[in-house]
Amino acid sequence: MPTAPAEPRDDAAPTAKRIPGGTLYRGREGMWSWVAHRITGVLIFFFLLVHVLDTSLVRVSPEAYNAVIGTYKNPVMGLGEAGLVAAIVFHAFNGIRIMLVDFWSKGAKYHRVMLWVVLGLFVVTMAGFLPRHLMHVFGGE
Amino acid sequence: MTTIPAPRTRNAGPGRRTTRGNWELYGWVFMRASGVVLLVLIFGHLFVNLVAGEGISAIDFGFVAGKWASPFWQIWDLLMLWLAMIHGTNGVRTIINDYAERDGTRLVLKLALYASFVVVVVLGTLVIFTFDPCPANSPADLLPSFCTA
Ligand code: HEM
Repeated sequence: MPTAPAEPRDDAAPTAKRIPGGTLYRGREGMWSWVAHRITGVLIFFFLLVHVLDTSLVRVSPEAYNAVIGTYKNPVMGLGEAGLVAAIVFHAFNGIRIMLVDFWSKGAKYHRVMLWVVLGLFVVTMAGFLPRHLMHVFGGE
Repeated sequence: MTTIPAPRTRNAGPGRRTTRGNWELYGWVFMRASGVVLLVLIFGHLFVNLVAGEGISAIDFGFVAGKWASPFWQIWDLLMLWLAMIHGTNGVRTIINDYAERDGTRLVLKLALYASFVVVVVLGTLVIFTFDPCPANSPADLLPSFCTA
């Protein structure tokens, strides 16, 4: 039976305990970033379905649209929106990381470093977004 | 080290045997190409709607009408709608293929998925292009300022 083709080795982790097989996936950062990418992708998709439906109310009447969008401004929904923005920001930055792993010749070697870069950019972006959004949601007019 | 058998070992041998052409490859490429464009479209959307000006507090019928008065935002939103729906639907299709093991379950889930795709894309597209920013008999204070001008 043919064996699997050579996998990209992650060269980090000197002698310390190694996950079997030195694969990008199984157990460590590579796997958890994939899990998070999947969960955020599904979450965004379901929100998108709802979001197109609520926006469609502009076709019904100004009153109907304003009533529904009004519910998006209450604090509970405001926190939900913050969570959705966080999901999108992670998915977007990690998506770029996936592409670099696929297309950049050194991508597989630096996949783990790039995940930390993704998380760093995520923190910076959310630090810019959250105060402003929460101010609008909780600050009243 | 454990040895993992090569995927699709049955298909090994000279040449590649597949009956479905390169569709999965095109899908894979599309996920990446659309991802880059979506990053720009979605970050722009979030910035203009949630960060700039009064953020979410400013969103109401008048705000949307003001944006869609311009073909720029109509095209922006149309592209975002189509790309995100195709990207998201294809992504969820992959996930269904991964986890739904029974043929019947897969079929039902995918039919529901494709039905939502059609409904949302058709509805969203119609709304962007048949939208009337100044509907008759609506109170003027709910409408964008250019309606009364
Ligand atoms: C913001 C820009 C976005 C980028 C850069 C991006 C990038 C990517 C990439 C590179 C993949 C991997 C595809 C593969 O492995 O073949 C992916 C998967 C996926 N994306 Fe996105 N995406 C973005 C937005 C979205 C949106 C708006 C949605 C929902 C409507 C979405 C839903 C998904 C789903 C469900 C998957 C499949 C996950 C999986 O198979 O594990 N993405 N995305």
